[in-house]
Amino acid sequence: MATAVARKTITTRSSKKHAPDAVTAGRFGAYGGRYVPETLMAALEELEREYEKAKRDRKFQQRLDLLLTTYAGRPTPLFFARRLTAKLGGAKIYLKREDLLHTGAHKINNCLGQALLVERMGKHRVIAETGAGQHGVATATVCALLGFECVVYMGTEDMRRQELNVFRMRLLGAEVRGVSSGSCTLKDAINEAMRDWVTNVRTTHYLLGSVLGAHPYPTMVRDFHRVIGREARVQIRKAEGKLPTAIIACVGGGSNSIGIFYDFLKDTKVKLIGVEAGGRGLALGEHAARFRGGSPGVLQGTYSYVLQDAAGQIALTHSVSAGLDYPSIGPEHAMLKDTGRAEYVPASDAEALEATTLLARTEGIIPALESAHAVAEVIKRAPKMRKSDVVIVNISGRGDKDVGILRENLKLD
Amino acid sequence: MPFHFENKPSLIAYVMCGDPDLATTREVVLAAIDAGASVIELGVPFSDPLADGPVIQRASERALKHGTSLQNVLTLASEIREHSQSVGLVIFSYLNPILRMGLAKFCQVARLAGVDGTLITDLPVEEAAEYLCEARKNDLATIFLAAPTSTDQRLKLIAQVSSGFIYAISRTGVTGERQQMTGDAQSLVKRIRRFTQGPVAVGFGISTPAQFATVGKFAEAAVVGSAIVHIIEQNPGREAASVAEFVGQLLAVGSSLSGETKFARKTKS
Repeated sequence: MATAVARKTITTRSSKKHAPDAVTAGRFGAYGGRYVPETLMAALEELEREYEKAKRDRKFQQRLDLLLTTYAGRPTPLFFARRLTAKLGGAKIYLKREDLLHTGAHKINNCLGQALLVERMGKHRVIAETGAGQHGVATATVCALLGFECVVYMGTEDMRRQELNVFRMRLLGAEVRGVSSGSCTLKDAINEAMRDWVTNVRTTHYLLGSVLGAHPYPTMVRDFHRVIGREARVQIRKAEGKLPTAIIACVGGGSNSIGIFYDFLKDTKVKLIGVEAGGRGLALGEHAARFRGGSPGVLQGTYSYVLQDAAGQIALTHSVSAGLDYPSIGPEHAMLKDTGRAEYVPASDAEALEATTLLARTEGIIPALESAHAVAEVIKRAPKMRKSDVVIVNISGRGDKDVGILRENLKLD
Repeated sequence: MPFHFENKPSLIAYVMCGDPDLATTREVVLAAIDAGASVIELGVPFSDPLADGPVIQRASERALKHGTSLQNVLTLASEIREHSQSVGLVIFSYLNPILRMGLAKFCQVARLAGVDGTLITDLPVEEAAEYLCEARKNDLATIFLAAPTSTDQRLKLIAQVSSGFIYAISRTGVTGERQQMTGDAQSLVKRIRRFTQGPVAVGFGISTPAQFATVGKFAEAAVVGSAIVHIIEQNPGREAASVAEFVGQLLAVGSSLSGETKFARKTKS
């Protein structure tokens, strides 16, 4: 097998101008792959092998399902948003309530899955990056649950704007290490986590929190989040007797969106809409809308759309929501964008803030600022749709963590 | 092959291009060549140097502050080539700046600039097909990293596609100076030799004359990076002279050691 790869490596000629050759597994069209320093390759191969074994191991799946049900709180409800629907006056709007999960966001699905893999691999130290802090909290939680040492890297700017989550992680026994390079946000936290991993790879698992990074992460993390769409598909059929017209989810790295999209990919009549962070302007550095301002490139292990300058340096990004504030996007989304199977649109900071208030006041649900971007899109889209149309919005997380930032941005007196 | 490793070990000197500016990098490189460096690795600054420790991260930031680009580095390479025909020139970069330029164009421009080889930190062999094809068309050596964690199967692959030399990473971790060298380096080089007859260079963490000399006992060349970048950082205004002095110290110990080994062998026989 290995020799075959080598031979192919030597002789393959590429016809694509930019896309590197798809020799390894883990490709989504031209995107994905495994672009890491050699030191990490053996660990990625080990992780891939272990994951493939676990996928076929009924005991592993049963244990994961039990934790998802009895610990995380699955299945999450699909809730009909009656007042929001009436207010917007178009399509019927359902909310997939991932915000009701333990730790407050969908992130726990993936963390439980990877934590059980860590146990299988016999490692005892877990590192993670976090943007909004939701993945960090979920990682700290599963490490407490299974007794692992836990270190979370977080940009200092994110530590400031998500300070409640920093405290929660520490309360759960994790060490939070501030990262003050670059833009002091998620991208920089990932760089620092990779540096830790490359140093301690023999004893440490990197619990990556999105469908990013080198193979097998984008596939594995997606698989752990597929449960969102699997449930939603059954629930909407029960509620409406049909599939939805559209599904809307926010896209940072893209884990909650790919999780809810995946089981609907084959239902080509169901529109899949990803919402990126439009930030505060169109200029590079003012947003995190990779499909509006980005181009294919390699960042942190994977080939996908990247916000970059003419010389291939990665651009700074901005979003009011830390979880969407990242210059690249999961490689599977890049493929879905190119094939047209999914549509990607931006929502601005202001639109997300407005959507937060509207959802809070019509439904009594304060969404995470990330998820509020998806709500912002349904506010634009639902009025233009028919009353017989049905839309599912993924409320990927709850807004408790954002109260500080909401206070800075909303004048309610 | 373009690389001549005559000393034991020969010195491969890494610099971050554009730190603090391109003119200074040029002076530093020419001084290092005069002081006896066999190969120069021209580091291309990148916004997200995830395999690098703090010293090279800072250098990268300084270089990017005034917009040093891959194109600038290739122009610098051609200037250095005008001054020295014999030195080996390697472009050391992360993948994205090269992809942005285009692999084919990069390899052509590099060859025209007189570059001998390239090393791309985040491009493992499995993803390298198009790069290998373009590099070979342009007669560029393709240098790959081998790590202490690489399995034998991987080392075999690396040996098959590497040309010029193989870069053995002395330990798991990012770039940066270290007080101690672990036993990882020597055992890795030993394992690599099972798959190649070509030269092996050891890098990551080599910062003192003693460490440099130690590498000479089991490898053809030693890469010194962060230590040189650190000297540049700490000696504003006299970067070239300081680096030349340091290179001289490294090579003095290296050559006295190779003299000793020769002597030791003679007495033994």
